[in-house]
Amino acid sequence: MTQWSGYLGLILQGALVTIELTLMGSVLALVMAFLAGMGRVSRFFVVRALATTYIEFFRGTSIFVQLFWAYFVLPFARLSLTPLQAGVLALGLNVGAYAAEVVRGAILSVGREQYEACTALNLGRWQGMRHVILPQALLVMLPTFGNNAIELLKATSVVSLISLADLTFQAQVVRSQTGSTLMPFVSVLVIYFALALIISWGIRSLERRMARGLDGVRV
Amino acid sequence: MPAPIIKVDAISKSFGAFKVLDGLSMQVMPGEKLALIGPSGSGKTTILRILMTLEKIDGGHIQVDGEQLYHMERNGQLQPADERHLAKMRQKIGMVFQLFNLFPHKCVMDNVTLAPMLTKGLARTAAEKRAMELLDMVGLADKAKAMPAQLSGGQKQRVAIARALALSPKIMLFDEVTSALDPELVEEVLNVMRKLAAETDMTMLLVTHEMGFAHDFADRVLFFDRGRIVEEGKPDEIFRHPKQERTQSFLKKIIAAGHRV
Ligand SMILES: Nc1ncnc2c1ncn2[C@@H]1O[C@H](COP(=O)(O)OP(=O)(O)OP(=O)(O)O)[C@@H](O)[C@H]1O
Ligand SMILES: [Mg+2]
Repeated sequence: MTQWSGYLGLILQGALVTIELTLMGSVLALVMAFLAGMGRVSRFFVVRALATTYIEFFRGTSIFVQLFWAYFVLPFARLSLTPLQAGVLALGLNVGAYAAEVVRGAILSVGREQYEACTALNLGRWQGMRHVILPQALLVMLPTFGNNAIELLKATSVVSLISLADLTFQAQVVRSQTGSTLMPFVSVLVIYFALALIISWGIRSLERRMARGLDGVRV
Repeated sequence: MPAPIIKVDAISKSFGAFKVLDGLSMQVMPGEKLALIGPSGSGKTTILRILMTLEKIDGGHIQVDGEQLYHMERNGQLQPADERHLAKMRQKIGMVFQLFNLFPHKCVMDNVTLAPMLTKGLARTAAEKRAMELLDMVGLADKAKAMPAQLSGGQKQRVAIARALALSPKIMLFDEVTSALDPELVEEVLNVMRKLAAETDMTMLLVTHEMGFAHDFADRVLFFDRGRIVEEGKPDEIFRHPKQERTQSFLKKIIAAGHRV
């Protein structure tokens, strides 16, 4: 019995690493998504080209390869990352590329009349973006951001390939130590699912909060 | 004789192969109330949008309040205006849209205070004080905290007017501001415009299909057809004694459609 709880402890440690990766990766993905998504609608060609290159590159190559580059190849450029740093970098850049398209689509979904109201009120481009367009676009982005975050959560398991002791890695450890397959794999299944549920629920309550007032319901 | 506040000089504008404005010229005096009427597609909205810098011109010149709108003088030469010049010129002009274009995620008060705070650096308290005066003027002081979605069309449009006025423009452009409204809500918006005309010396250009209102409200009426001004004059001249055949047939159609002239 004490043995089992020890093994469960290992798995929970792995869960913490997975949560850490998911949170830090999501922050980086969010930053990249806004940079590249807004870059895609910039009026400057160079900015658009940079953003497009980033997005196409990271969507067009696999997360495995990106992770291996971050961990095994960057050291040749005198940039050695810890497994956690490499994991966050690869996950954030990869999911950020997908989320950038979400940002771009949401910005474009805000009606032309809102942009025109900004011009008529003499708001600068950035002022209009910041106070009028983005707040409305954010509401459009949120549900898909939720999906992106869950994708990122699921993708964190690739870091076990560079020996980072995340949830998946720990499950394998427990399996090899106990010879039991069911217990570790059922636990990780439940934990991944629970984490995904928490993300969905968080995003949905955020959505509800932000949508208040927009549909005429008293704030 | 004071100088015109708006001088439009031979401007042209095409969408693709379609020439919407064709060498249009017109002048507006400070404080003048101008009604732009004419058949659908004649370019009335386009000229307002050009004055609001929402649409570029292909040729010609526009002077607003003594300065070129789409050009700026540099070393004695006229050059295309840059964004900074346009921003300066936009301070002189405000516009109210047919579909209100309120910011749906901001309450009435924030709709009105946003631009003054951002573009004029007004402190929130000062901006809100001024906004309350304007909301009071349009009869919506009690709706300051409401969201746009909670308002009727007429109320939305009155907020939009207050929002544009908050920047104290010298010139206000109104593009069919009542045509999206239910008939019983039209009058409350027209009343606000009458009040504006009576209480301020703002220059007002309005595109309208409300011929009765145009008749009472305007100092001068311009009749547009196919991107040109076919006829202009005092409301009585245009509505009672139109000279041009195009004007006559347009007004006949309007009356047949049940509008009061
Ligand atoms: N962005 C655009 N792209 C292409 N064509 C346009 C555009 N904007 C306006 N037009 C066309 O230009 C012409 C003039 O339009 P405008 O909106 O100025 O007419 P209007 O006099 O305001 O008519 P209405 O009384 O119907 O509002 C119309 O034929 C319209 O279809
Ligand atoms: Mg029009």
